[in-house]
Amino acid sequence: MQSNRLILILLGLVLLAGLALFLVPKEVTEKVALRDSKVKVGFVYLTNPGDHGWTYAHEVARLEVNEHFGDKVETSYVENVPEGPDAARVIRELAKQGNKIIFTTSFGYMDPTLKVSKEFPDVKFEHITGYKRSGNMATGNIRFYEGRYVQGVVAGMMTKSNKIGYLASFPIPEVIQGINAFALGMRSVNPNAEMSIIWVNSWYDPVKEADAAKVHIAEGADILAQHTDSPAMLQTAEKAGVHGFGQSSDMKEFAPKAQLFSSVNNWGPYYISKIEQLMDGSWSTGEGPDHWAGNTWLGMADDYLVLTDFENMPADVKMAAEAAEAKIKGGYNIFTGPYNDNEGNVILRAGEAYNDGNLWNDMNYYVEGVNGKIPG
Amino acid sequence: MAIAFFWNKTDAGIFAFFALGLATNQVATGLALTIFGTGLSGLIGAPLVGQAIDGLPRIHLPILADLPYVGTLLFQHDIMVYLAVFIVAMCAWVLNVTRIGLIIRAVGDNHDSAHALGYSVLGVRLLAVTFGGMMAGLGGAYLPLVLTPHWAEGMTAGRGWIALALVVFASWRPWRVLGGALVFGGITIMQLAGQARGWTIPSQFLSMLPYLATIIVLVLISRNREFALANSPACLGKIFHR
Repeated sequence: MQSNRLILILLGLVLLAGLALFLVPKEVTEKVALRDSKVKVGFVYLTNPGDHGWTYAHEVARLEVNEHFGDKVETSYVENVPEGPDAARVIRELAKQGNKIIFTTSFGYMDPTLKVSKEFPDVKFEHITGYKRSGNMATGNIRFYEGRYVQGVVAGMMTKSNKIGYLASFPIPEVIQGINAFALGMRSVNPNAEMSIIWVNSWYDPVKEADAAKVHIAEGADILAQHTDSPAMLQTAEKAGVHGFGQSSDMKEFAPKAQLFSSVNNWGPYYISKIEQLMDGSWSTGEGPDHWAGNTWLGMADDYLVLTDFENMPADVKMAAEAAEAKIKGGYNIFTGPYNDNEGNVILRAGEAYNDGNLWNDMNYYVEGVNGKIPG
Repeated sequence: MAIAFFWNKTDAGIFAFFALGLATNQVATGLALTIFGTGLSGLIGAPLVGQAIDGLPRIHLPILADLPYVGTLLFQHDIMVYLAVFIVAMCAWVLNVTRIGLIIRAVGDNHDSAHALGYSVLGVRLLAVTFGGMMAGLGGAYLPLVLTPHWAEGMTAGRGWIALALVVFASWRPWRVLGGALVFGGITIMQLAGQARGWTIPSQFLSMLPYLATIIVLVLISRNREFALANSPACLGKIFHR
């Protein structure tokens, strides 16, 4: 009998605690909304900003936003949010807390963001790297593949074994664009070089990335590139005495002798312009079925993608890298024919080129120079 | 390394306090501590995030390491790899040959008899659990200190769980643990190497191979229950009351 009563009391306490949790935040947000005229901006992060890659770049940009707007804006973020349906809960919570614009910073937040955007028509949503949009959900992206073309040029000239090892995360359009841009850059200077791809099936798994890098090196690769977020690959390259490229942020600190350069994602200007548009009322998602006009997809020419110093390479390679960078900044379309896929089918003839729609919808192949097949 | 080593000792100490001292359910306590440990490491490790750590040097034995084939296979690892083999040998020797091993096995197989003979059941179990915790700490510390010399929250990504499968796989025999660990590790690397070599098997399938192997082994050894459990301690998971 005694223990039964104890259980009842405990149950009551738990219920009370739950009720308290339910009531308190509501009260707090109402008060904040009444006296606060700041524009609240929310961010959803995939990992902890300490990943020193993808999320770190977003955190740097968020701090730029704070500095740019000062008192007029209040930013907050939620870290370690898993991709998938569960993210909707976090995004909804940010919307409830009175954030007027919410940036969801990973591809896997696409459907959850779309779902929550319909529940909160007065809140603006910006989804990073996706392709689905609605009346109040726009997309933002960086032309990462431009940096990878320059990486390919450097890798093609530097490699002695003609084997390049590439770590990839998930077979989504952005990653395929990166692989193919790298290969086109590589083949533009070295027709014998070949890339092999290891799919890590994660954006961030330092241990698996390190293992995969070791495998690439054991298979003879002397240049490594990655579309995953941790510095593990470069650290492995440093230990083994081979070279590689950093991802999203400058990773020189982790591999001073191995890093050739990093493609740094510079989200600051994008965040600032979108928040300014929100403030002056000009924010839009554009017109038409694809809403392209109102959405952001810029690259090296606009400093959305910034390459760090070219290091650990001979002078002629450095010159070629600078030339490739200048060519792209000058408006060169990387996906210009002629080129074939890696099974020998003609994709583009001389004079033909891809537009943005093709990049997202039609690129379901590897170009020549890449080994293997796209999984799935 | 030392910090990880002694932290896990403390962690195991907490486990021992609940599971042995308060006689709580061992599985539930273990799960709770796992979740607690993940959060706590994130809290303590926050200032370390984003820093490069000086890793342990790789041993390069002058002549042996340059032997063709065998050199790369056996003589070019870091010191922890050799230490791990040494520890397995020590465990096997202690458990099978020494008097201490006899006592440990007695406490595991029949705690009432061991108690009647005058051995401190809780004391022996406390030391054994603490030792296990220290070894787990060593394994965890290998990742941020040797393999990828930087620390990140949750970087073990659940790899420790394979140890549970490994113990059953090896049917509680130290040398078989070493063999099992090599097999599991080999499969883990094979799925990456398979991709690099262009095997046309989906990488997701290869990713699940270690777990598939565990299930298959579990099915095989449990066909004969007595054989499967012949080596397992008879008092496994049972709570001891004086």
